[in-house]
Amino acid sequence: MSEHIVPKKTYYAVFGALMALTAITVFVARFDLPWILNIVVALTIAVTKATLVVLYFMHVRYSSRLTQVVVVAGIFWLVIMLVLTASDYVTRGLLAPVVSISAQ
Amino acid sequence: MSTAVIPVEAKPRTTYLNAGQTLKSWLLTLDHKRIGILYLISVTFFFLVGGIYATLIRLELLTPQGDLVSAQTYNKLFTQHGITMVFFFLIPSIPAVFGNFLLPIMIGAKDVAFPRLNLLSWYVFMTGALFASYAMFAGGVDTGWTFYPPYSTNYANTYVIATGLGIFIAGFSSILTGLNFIVTIHTMRAPGMTWFRLPLFVWAQYATSLIQILGTPVLAITLLLVALERTVGIGIFDPRLGGDPVLFQHLFWFYSHPAVYIMVLPSMGVVSEIIATFSRKPIFGYKFVAFSSLAIAIVGFLVWGHHLFTSSQSVYAGMLFSLLSYAVAIPSAIKVFNWTATLYRGSISYDAPMLYALGFIGLFLIGGLTGLFLAALGLDVHVHDTYFVVAHFHYIMVGGALLAYLGAMHYWWPKMTGRLYPEGWARFAALVVFVGFNLTFFPQFILGYLGMPRRYYTYAPEFQLLHVLSTAGASILAVGFILPAIYLLWSLKKGPIAPADPWLATGLEWRTSSPPPPENFERTPIVTWNAYEFRPQEEAEVIGGGKPDASSLTGE
Ligand SMILES: [Cu+2]
Repeated sequence: MSEHIVPKKTYYAVFGALMALTAITVFVARFDLPWILNIVVALTIAVTKATLVVLYFMHVRYSSRLTQVVVVAGIFWLVIMLVLTASDYVTRGLLAPVVSISAQ
Repeated sequence: MSTAVIPVEAKPRTTYLNAGQTLKSWLLTLDHKRIGILYLISVTFFFLVGGIYATLIRLELLTPQGDLVSAQTYNKLFTQHGITMVFFFLIPSIPAVFGNFLLPIMIGAKDVAFPRLNLLSWYVFMTGALFASYAMFAGGVDTGWTFYPPYSTNYANTYVIATGLGIFIAGFSSILTGLNFIVTIHTMRAPGMTWFRLPLFVWAQYATSLIQILGTPVLAITLLLVALERTVGIGIFDPRLGGDPVLFQHLFWFYSHPAVYIMVLPSMGVVSEIIATFSRKPIFGYKFVAFSSLAIAIVGFLVWGHHLFTSSQSVYAGMLFSLLSYAVAIPSAIKVFNWTATLYRGSISYDAPMLYALGFIGLFLIGGLTGLFLAALGLDVHVHDTYFVVAHFHYIMVGGALLAYLGAMHYWWPKMTGRLYPEGWARFAALVVFVGFNLTFFPQFILGYLGMPRRYYTYAPEFQLLHVLSTAGASILAVGFILPAIYLLWSLKKGPIAPADPWLATGLEWRTSSPPPPENFERTPIVTWNAYEFRPQEEAEVIGGGKPDASSLTGE
């Protein structure tokens, strides 16, 4: 809420962290990592940065419990969308023989 | 009720209706009641437009041949019918009209939390409607209201983007309304109005608002992606570019299945109010009914895949979605059982709003149970994309949402306008609607089960009898809509003056005058009673505005 005054130092620290993570993203992009690690690394960094922005720049860390519940609910709904959609995509291959018959 | 006690005043009382008479006083109003009326006029207009499309569809289907319109025109007719009815009538209908008008009064507040945002939501809605209407007059759209790619993205040469943009914009008005209601319910309740003293209509609106906020952005993004795919071919849905057309169906139904609950949850709230009033009993299992609204809102987000059973969705995902779809029947059944238990040994009177509410229960039951047919993986393969589906969702949307809308219109009409409508005509119209509705849509269950596909403008001759019955029913249904339009408009000038509490009901809205003063109550009410706490009639009168102390609450 507005009554909480965040010291400038915190903002500079968060800004520094965001910049550092950006630099890591650029650096890692130069290597082709094995397996699905390319995506894992990129998404981990992105999620960390988004969390920092939400917590500090958007003041959610200092907000009321209700506001925090709202933020978490929004993210949770995104997770619902991704997980249930993925329940289709990751299990499609499991019925490979049937799929190949019906495709002909 | 208490007219004998109140001295006749020489000067007319200031109400929200006569507080300002100019057009500007309406178009720039911040009063939630006036904004509700603005929405009432707008969505009724779009109901009329959607109804004209429906009439043309039913006329074309009178014969097996295509004689009235071409195939291409028919495609546009059912598309425009669906888009107009879903996005410009059903979604905003009860929340934006009755939610806006009643919610602040029901919780004892002077207005919603953000009155300016509330007015903005109406202008945003009208801007979206303007885009969609432009597309309609320029030539319409023929993708079906569902906008499935690849047809919508690669092949349709109609006004897909303009219509999509209209829905995109109108979606924001829905989000703003939901946001406003949630904050209002959290922060603006009168002293003593605890969460479990809230009328069930307010609980239903709260659950609806959650869906509006959490679901609508996904629809907006999905329509934006269709527009981008059409214009620059970004390859989200096109397999040749690495996309997947089924992804569209996932995203679209992530919103559009819960959207069914945006239509039907507020309707259930209306039905709870009406059932309690006309049985003169508190709703049986108040907390269960309240929480079942939240349960429907949440579980409703987990079932969208039942629209994809025949769309090459993985069988395992299909099984999961089928199971979850069955689960959503549980909170719906809780409501139906609890309404029935409320009726049991109630002191029931069959006024027009009650007829609509009872009609809702019966038709929602049929609509809901046929939904279970469709949620069954095997049976759905047979009836998918047939008239069975058309009949099923019309039982929910017309038999459910529209009947509740009409019930709400009659129930709160005296409060909104300060006039009583002719009760005999209203009961007659309710019966006409019920008969017309069933004659229109019940034959469609049979048609679908026999194999008549939806969205076809010609059909095999053996289906004609059922189609003729359906069209005949639609004509009766139309009469059932025209009748209220006539007697309600008549009552505005000629109807008897309504008392503050014509139904001897319990909500705070009945403890202020009809129509309410601009600020709803002259002083903030202090709530010391539970929802639906009926009292002996004499006692109710005192609270309704008999004694000078209590009447200052009502602004009389
Ligand atoms: Cu659905």
